[in-house]
Amino acid sequence: MTRCDLQFDGQGRLRHLLTIEGLPRQTILEILNTAESFISVGEREIKKLPLLRGKTVVNLFFESSTRTRTTFEIAGKRLSADVINLNPAASSATKGETLLDTVRNLEAMHTDLFVVRHRESGAAHLIAQHVPAHVHIINAGDGRHAHPTQGLLDMFTIRRYKGPFENLRVAIVGDILHSRVARSQIHALTTLGAAEVRVVAPMTLLPTAIERLGVRVFTDMKTGLDGADVIIMLRLQRERMNGALIPSEQEYFNLFGLTEEKLAYAKPDAIVMHPGPMNRGLEIDSAVADGPQSVILPQVTNGIAVRMAIMAIIMGGSAAGPAPSEARRAE
Amino acid sequence: MKIAITGGHVIDPANNVDGQHDLFIDEKGFIIGIGTAPAGFRAEQTLDASGKLVFPGLIDLRARLREPGLEYKATMESETRAAVCAGITTLCCPPDTYPVIDTPAMAQMIQQRAWRFGLAFVHPLGALTQGLQGRLLTDMAALDEAGCVGFSNALEPVTDTLVMRRAMEYAASFDLTVFLHPEDPWLRNGGCMHEGEVSTRLGLPGIPEAAETAGVARDLALVEQTGVRAHFCQLSSARAVTMVAAAQEQGLAVSADVTAHHLHLTEHDIGFFNTQCHVLPPLRASRDRDGLRQALKNGTISAICSDHQPHEPDAKLAPFAESEPGISGLETLLPLTLRLVDQGLLNLVEAIALLTSKPAQILGIDSGHLGIGATADLCILDPEARWVQSLDRFTSRGHNSPFLGWDFRGAVTHTMVGGRLVFEGR
Repeated sequence: MTRCDLQFDGQGRLRHLLTIEGLPRQTILEILNTAESFISVGEREIKKLPLLRGKTVVNLFFESSTRTRTTFEIAGKRLSADVINLNPAASSATKGETLLDTVRNLEAMHTDLFVVRHRESGAAHLIAQHVPAHVHIINAGDGRHAHPTQGLLDMFTIRRYKGPFENLRVAIVGDILHSRVARSQIHALTTLGAAEVRVVAPMTLLPTAIERLGVRVFTDMKTGLDGADVIIMLRLQRERMNGALIPSEQEYFNLFGLTEEKLAYAKPDAIVMHPGPMNRGLEIDSAVADGPQSVILPQVTNGIAVRMAIMAIIMGGSAAGPAPSEARRAE
Repeated sequence: MKIAITGGHVIDPANNVDGQHDLFIDEKGFIIGIGTAPAGFRAEQTLDASGKLVFPGLIDLRARLREPGLEYKATMESETRAAVCAGITTLCCPPDTYPVIDTPAMAQMIQQRAWRFGLAFVHPLGALTQGLQGRLLTDMAALDEAGCVGFSNALEPVTDTLVMRRAMEYAASFDLTVFLHPEDPWLRNGGCMHEGEVSTRLGLPGIPEAAETAGVARDLALVEQTGVRAHFCQLSSARAVTMVAAAQEQGLAVSADVTAHHLHLTEHDIGFFNTQCHVLPPLRASRDRDGLRQALKNGTISAICSDHQPHEPDAKLAPFAESEPGISGLETLLPLTLRLVDQGLLNLVEAIALLTSKPAQILGIDSGHLGIGATADLCILDPEARWVQSLDRFTSRGHNSPFLGWDFRGAVTHTMVGGRLVFEGR
C-alpha cells in the first residue's frame, strides 16, 4: 500500500493533508501554483483575502513549535479565518484525556480545520479517521513520519530558485533517522521527478532500507555533495550522543557540518536549505547559513504562502486531486 | 450421558486415525470405542456427523484471559466460552496476569475459576522469576505441584544472563519445561514494529530482526549448557527458525511455536498505521513469513497458537506506538490454520496435529487425542461452511482483529469437553 486514500473525498478532492506519500504529482503542482499566487498577498499593504471568512481553524500542537505554528496562524488569518492556538501538551493530555477525546471536544465547538502536531507517528491519520466529513486535518508533524507542509514549502523554494525538478540533484544531510521533514522531502522529490535524491549521514542516523524510498545513500560529504544543486541540512538534536548515535558534536561538525569548504563540493550555484531551528556550529557553519547561497529565510516566508494554499485548497474544495476514476486506476 | 458420534470423518493424528468412524463416549466422559460400539453400549444421545470432520479439541499454547487483573478487557468466563465456540478445549495461560502467577495459590485459583465455568481447561504457566522481574527464582517445584505446565517470564526479558542460567538449571533439576520469549531488550529499544522498509516509511521505531536472533542465540547457549527442556514461543523471523532447527539437529530438547497471524500477515499489512496489526513480536517481512511456513512443513515448529489478547476498543484507538499490542485470536486460530491447508502448505492431518497432539506433547499433558480411554475433548467441523469474520461474530469480549472481512472455509458445529456438549453452533 503506497497510497493514503484517507486524504481524498469521494469526488477525489483533497480533504486532509496527512502525508506527501502517494499524493499525485498534479496535486503537488496545484498546491505550488496556488502558493505562487498567494506570495504577492504578503507584500501588499492589506494582507488579507476573504477566502476562509467565518471558518474556525484550531492549531492543535501537542508538541511545541514556534515557526510552524506561527506561520499557520498567519496563513489562516490572511485568509480571514478565526485561528485559535492550543497547546494540549500542557493541559488535557497531561490529565489523562485521550487524543481522540481532546479532538472530539474541540470538534463539538464546530471547528472546521485542525492543524495537528503530535510526537507520535500516525497521530494525524488516527484523527482523520475519526472526524466527521466536514472537518479537515492538516498534519503539521507527526513523530518521525511526516511533515508535509514543510516538504511542500521546500519544494516551492527549490522550484523558485532552481527551476524544474527533472534536472536537479538534491542532497539531504544529517539525522534522517529521526526526521519527518526528510521523509516528506524524499516523497515530494521522487514524485516531482528530481534527477537524483541523496541522503548523506553516518549509518547510525540512517533508517534501515532508506534506499527503498528511492534515494542514494552516502556516508561522506565529499561524494554526497558532489555536483549537488540543492543541499538540505537537517537539525541534529544535541542529545543524540546519548543514544550512542554520534560520538561528539565536534566529530559530527568535522565530518557532516556544512562549512564553506564542504559547500565547494556542490555546484557553484547550489542553494543551501534548512527547515530550522538551526544549530550553528553543529550541522551548519554561520558563514554558510548567512552566506549568499543560503535560502533559509526565504523558506520561512514561503511557508506562509504554501500553508495558505493548502488551507484554501482543502477548505475551498477546489479539485486538487485526480478524478475519482483516475484515483481508482492509481491503486 | 452416553453419546455416539456417527458417520463423521475422524482425524486423530496421535493415533494415526484418518477416516470415517463412529465414536462412543461413556457417561463419565471418556472415549470407550471407535469404529464399532463396545458390547452393550446404548447411546442416550446420537450426534450425526456425516459430512463433517471430528477431531480432538484444540490446545492453544498461549491465551490471555485477562483475569485476574484486567477484567474490563475480558473475563475467564467470556474467553473460555469464546475458546469452545472456536473448537479450543485447552488453553495455556501465561503468568503475566495481575497479580503474577508466581505462587501456588494463584496457579490454583486460575484453574479453579476455569473449572467453575466448565468450559475450556486452563493450564497456567508459572513465572520463571518472582514478579517477572528477572531477579529471583520462583518456587518452581511447588508451582509445578499446583498445576503449572511450564515456566515463563512472558514478555518481560530476563536481562541478567546469570539469572537466566540459574532459572534453567533449577527447572532442569525437576524436569520442568521453560517457555522462552527470546528478545534482546537493548536492541528492542522501545520499538513497536519490524525494523525495515515499512517502519522507515512510517517513521515508527523498529525492532530489528537481531533483537530476536540475539535472544535466541543467548538462550540456546544456556539451554546447551544447562540441558533444560526449552520451548521457544512465537518465533517471528526466518533466521531464528534456522537457529532453532540447527539446535534440534544437534540434539537439544528444544521446540518452537508460531502464532497464526505471523503465518498470514507481514509488515506490509500495517499499511498506514493499522493498529490491529500492532503485535509483539512484530509482523516481519514476507521472507520471514515464508520461513515460518516452511518450518511448520519441515517440523522445526510444532505448534500454532493464537496468542489471544482481547482488548477493549479504546486500546487500539491511539497512535500506533501508543496502542496496545495484540490480537483477539481464539476465534481465528482454527480458520487461519485450515487456510494453510487450502493453500496447499499442509495436509489436514498435519494441520490438526499442530493444534492438538503436538502442543499436548510440548505441555506434557495427556490430551489432544481420541484414543480409547481419553477424555472426550473434541470438536466437530463442517468443512464446507463458508463465513466471513465480522464484529458481530465474536464471542470473545475482544473484537480487536486484523482479520475482519476475511472469508473462511470450515466452521465448528459442536465442541465437547469431558464428554459434555459445551457448544452447538449455528
